[in-house]
Amino acid sequence: MIECRDLVKTYINGDVETNALKGVSFEIKEGEFVAIIGPSGSGKSTLMHIIGALDTPTSGKYILDGHEVSSLNDDELSDIRRTKIGFVFQSFNLLPRTTVMRNVMLPLLYSNTSEKEREQRALESLRYAGMDESKKNNLSNQLSGGQMQRVAIARALINNPAIILADEPTGNLDTKTSHIVMKTFQDLNAKGHTIILITHEEEIANFAERVISIRDGVVESDVVKKL
Amino acid sequence: MFIDLLKETLWSLTGNKVRSSLTMLGIVIGIASVIAMVAIGQGAQSSISASIESIGSNLIIVMPGAQRGGGISAGRGSAETLTMDDVNAIATQVPDVKAVAPEVSRRYQITAGGNNTNTQVVGTLPTYLDVRNVQVDLGSFISTQQVQASSKVAVLGPTARDDLFGTDANPVGQSIRVNGVGFTVIGVTVLKGGAGFTNPDDYVYIPITTDQHYLAGNSFVSDISAAATSPDNIAAAQQEVTDLLLNRHKITDPTQADFNILNQADIISTASSVTGTFTALLASIAGISLLVGGIGIMNMMLTTVTERTREIGLRKAVGVRRIYINLQFLAEAVVLTFLGGFIGIILGWLMSMLASHFLSMTTQVSVSSILLAFGVSAAIGIIFGFYPARRAAALSPIEALRYE
Repeated sequence: MIECRDLVKTYINGDVETNALKGVSFEIKEGEFVAIIGPSGSGKSTLMHIIGALDTPTSGKYILDGHEVSSLNDDELSDIRRTKIGFVFQSFNLLPRTTVMRNVMLPLLYSNTSEKEREQRALESLRYAGMDESKKNNLSNQLSGGQMQRVAIARALINNPAIILADEPTGNLDTKTSHIVMKTFQDLNAKGHTIILITHEEEIANFAERVISIRDGVVESDVVKKL
Repeated sequence: MFIDLLKETLWSLTGNKVRSSLTMLGIVIGIASVIAMVAIGQGAQSSISASIESIGSNLIIVMPGAQRGGGISAGRGSAETLTMDDVNAIATQVPDVKAVAPEVSRRYQITAGGNNTNTQVVGTLPTYLDVRNVQVDLGSFISTQQVQASSKVAVLGPTARDDLFGTDANPVGQSIRVNGVGFTVIGVTVLKGGAGFTNPDDYVYIPITTDQHYLAGNSFVSDISAAATSPDNIAAAQQEVTDLLLNRHKITDPTQADFNILNQADIISTASSVTGTFTALLASIAGISLLVGGIGIMNMMLTTVTERTREIGLRKAVGVRRIYINLQFLAEAVVLTFLGGFIGIILGWLMSMLASHFLSMTTQVSVSSILLAFGVSAAIGIIFGFYPARRAAALSPIEALRYE
């Protein structure tokens, strides 16, 4: 499903070269629930951007669902993101002053899907993400943090992506809500979704079955907890 | 896909009404002020032209030259060089002149009952009606018989009538005294409005012969108005009158002529250059408001895009292609500028209507001012709505999402 081979990412800022990733290799199979953990500055965000097709590596290979992503242009990356990846961000990133339904349907914009089918799929996704259907016409800024994150998860699910990529999804939530959101991810995983979680909190990473630890741009450990 | 674009544009514009209306306000004010200012300027120009035209049609005016004695000039118009014979000669010998009306005019104290006023008394012929576009409201104008008989009759301008007999009174048959001489009022002229520095509504008209016998005491005339047969013949008529008078006054060198001659076209062109300056002034004020409006639009569009960079990032992150983001922002800018432009045009038109209604100014909304104002603000709105959005859409989604 996901294959990373010798991923290197070098940022050049003026005369200073920063090696964010110094040769990262791993594989993730379909249906896995993987946490990528590491302190800030470890390179995990850079890794997430590459896995999420938001950015391309300086060298190395990244194959997602059979597609070589490392050398695609802007529009091709957009298409990969739309069809293969569902994003869940730390700061939710919902459209402000916009209904729950429109937020969930956002990835379906400019597709050939009929309005009716869009609504149907959005409702399905909301149910799947454990969101109360009665809130579907609420504006995004009228929701609680946990609700916002579940709307974001519903949005990530709508295109039935190959992977769900969650970047610090609990970073803005309290412990109780965090656990509810993590449970949602576990439920999705149980239904067969591949989930990649980026976090710096050990406790959150423990919800996953496999933990890849990144430090100073290299993989430090790769532990599978359950068999 | 097109429907999606329309919906996104509408949602986005209605979703933040304050932002949308503030942006539109800049466009509305810019366009409305340009249209209203230019309308007022052009209205002033045409009303001045109209009031000049009201003094007569195809008019040529002959005035006496300067009086010279021992090398000292008493100023133009002071000489008594024009006579009734000149008037008759012009009337009979110049083919391009259709009517001639001489004037003997001077200010006198006029009394009627207990009221009195000091105004211009004009001795003239019945042709004056035609030559100077005067119409009679009450009674009648001076007749040929009254001129031949030197009758002591007078026709009052409406202002003179108001001063002597009270507003809107009918003074026909009443008597007035001009410089101690008694006259019978036989008519009142129609209100014309001021023409430059003179007010024909304040005139008192009497037969020219009466004026010469009882008031002036000589047979000279103050000026001669002649109407050319058509607007195209004004120049020819002016030349013919000049030649005739030079010949009659036995002057061989035209620069030594003892009279001055000018025509209405010259007066109109002088006045138009004055009102043209006025219009240019208003247009430059309008131009400044357009510029200020434009800067307003630009600011609004720029802040909007900055504020919306995160939204652009999110759209990109969930896989919306760059072209659709560009198109959406372009569509938003187009809708805002066109809607604002439309309201601005209506408002500008309304403002000029109100100005003409309440300030009794003539206004004329011109198509070119609408096009200019609309073109400039639409261009500013679209460029500054679209260009920064295009730049934001070219950012990587991560950078756009992190944008503060």
